[in-house]
Amino acid sequence: MGSLQLKSIRKAFGTHEVLKGIDLEVKDGEFVIFVGPSGCGKSTLLRVIAGLEDASSGSVQIDGEEMITTPPAKRGIAMVFQSYALYPHLTVKDNMGLGLKQMGAPKAEVDAKVAKASAMLSLEPYLARRPAELSGGQRQRVAIGRAIVREPKLFLFDEPLSNLDAALRVNTRLEIARLHRSLKATMIYVTHDQVEAMTLADKIVVLNAGQIEQIGSPMELYNKPANTFVAGFIGSPQMNFIEAGRLGDAEAKTVGIRPEHITLSRESGDWKGKVIHVEHLGADTILYLETEVTGLLTVRLFGEHRYAVDDVVYSTPDKASMHRFGADDRVIV
Amino acid sequence: MSKARMSPLRSSFVHLALAAYTVIALFPVVLTIFNSFKDKNAIFRTPLALPTTETFSLVGYTTVLKQGDFIGYFQNSLIVTVVSIFFALLFGAMAAFALSEYRFRGNTLMGLYLAIGIMIPIRLGTVAILQGMVAAGLVNTLTALILVYTAQGLPLAIFILSEFMRTVSDDLKNAGRIDGLSEYAIFFRLVLPLVRPAMATVAVFTMIPIWNDLWFPLILAPGEATKTVTLGSQVFIGQFVTNWNAVLAALSLAILPVLVLYVIFSRQLIRGITAGAVK
Repeated sequence: MGSLQLKSIRKAFGTHEVLKGIDLEVKDGEFVIFVGPSGCGKSTLLRVIAGLEDASSGSVQIDGEEMITTPPAKRGIAMVFQSYALYPHLTVKDNMGLGLKQMGAPKAEVDAKVAKASAMLSLEPYLARRPAELSGGQRQRVAIGRAIVREPKLFLFDEPLSNLDAALRVNTRLEIARLHRSLKATMIYVTHDQVEAMTLADKIVVLNAGQIEQIGSPMELYNKPANTFVAGFIGSPQMNFIEAGRLGDAEAKTVGIRPEHITLSRESGDWKGKVIHVEHLGADTILYLETEVTGLLTVRLFGEHRYAVDDVVYSTPDKASMHRFGADDRVIV
Repeated sequence: MSKARMSPLRSSFVHLALAAYTVIALFPVVLTIFNSFKDKNAIFRTPLALPTTETFSLVGYTTVLKQGDFIGYFQNSLIVTVVSIFFALLFGAMAAFALSEYRFRGNTLMGLYLAIGIMIPIRLGTVAILQGMVAAGLVNTLTALILVYTAQGLPLAIFILSEFMRTVSDDLKNAGRIDGLSEYAIFFRLVLPLVRPAMATVAVFTMIPIWNDLWFPLILAPGEATKTVTLGSQVFIGQFVTNWNAVLAALSLAILPVLVLYVIFSRQLIRGITAGAVK
């Protein structure tokens, strides 16, 4: 239980088309992440799946059942919002139990499920508190707990970590990953943060301007990006894009090479250049070079390196890790 | 509130201005109350003096309570005011919710139409209203007043509340939808508690004109059984003789209920429970 099929979902606000025909299949138990820049339609798509937004056309099937006209509460979904969206006048316990209570579940069952979920998220000490008396991280855990209590076929997360600070974000990320393993539930998660996408997902859906650019596992997207958009979006620092003509490649338009697939030497190499900026991150050293052949080039070296601005260096790309893109920006295999 | 401390000179000017305004605003009220406790001669000889042991008199209050059914008038006023506020808030909030929450054709136009009442006084329609009430057989009933005052209160209620409802987080309403709350439950259980301060504001603005109104009670419900306090006090004001003791006593008494209502609503104004709902 918990599969999802989307067939040519379109959504327009007035004349502005936000989703331009989305086809997607999510298998039971998968953790799927929608990722893309702001305004790419990923949140709208999630809302269409939840039933909070009507699709202009297309079909949403959950467990093979057509859901396009079913109200959100009857779709067997639960959603965690970026702004937590806890009911301010209810206690943590009532916040988590409200959905079940509305479905008419007996009180004992509601209590048992709330107790189980709060144990999972270590929320027991806070059950009698109101949302105003909780910290941001606790509030988000309550929101996740509220979703768990419903035992949905589909968990929907709408940028759940965006309001948390960096340390808390990592913790909550781990918690969500752990939850996914223990519940074995299907989860759909929207984020603009590619680190979240890479660390959590079984399958990443990269969206851009209302269309799916590529679907694949994190490593597929990293190693075999289908086009320049995905290549540039996944990976940090961003992939270097070099005009193919500069490298004497007549067939391709652009050649991409990730910063970590370039080696540096002071003596010899393919591309001679000058260091224009260095970032020392401890584990990594990131160098920005101006080379004669490629123009601006980002290089990521592991560990600490003593390069300084204006040093002359030679960089050599790992030929096997180069990506070639044609005039339509699609990869040439 | 600014963190920077004001210079003592500046802050004393601010306080002076505020104190002056308070004095000006309270002066007539205080004067009315003082004089209501004096005998008739003292009211005219020393209108600004405090009641002394010689001039103290409760004759105004005894007249008011003896003559006419003042308790009844109070009841009428209270019923009309409270019920009108209730309906104006209920329907106003519902309309405001619809306008702010749902996208439908003519939404903006409907909002403008409902707000027109703020600019056009309802009294312009008095003749038509009276004709309507006569036709409906509602003359000399409190229902007539309640209907008119509800209509009078709606435009402002809708205008203020729809602005406030736009600020209620969409995520919260959506969370309610996913939890299976009906649109009515979302409205009553999620949105209304969050706009409570705005509701209190609207209640105060709606309440005072209704309580003080003389026009519609005089026209629609002048009968003895349906008189409101403002209309009831008029019996002491004659063309040639005015019983000032009674008038002042009646007015002083009329302040009380509205003061109580105001205290209740203003408490709500201060309370805010939105904190912690959404970040």
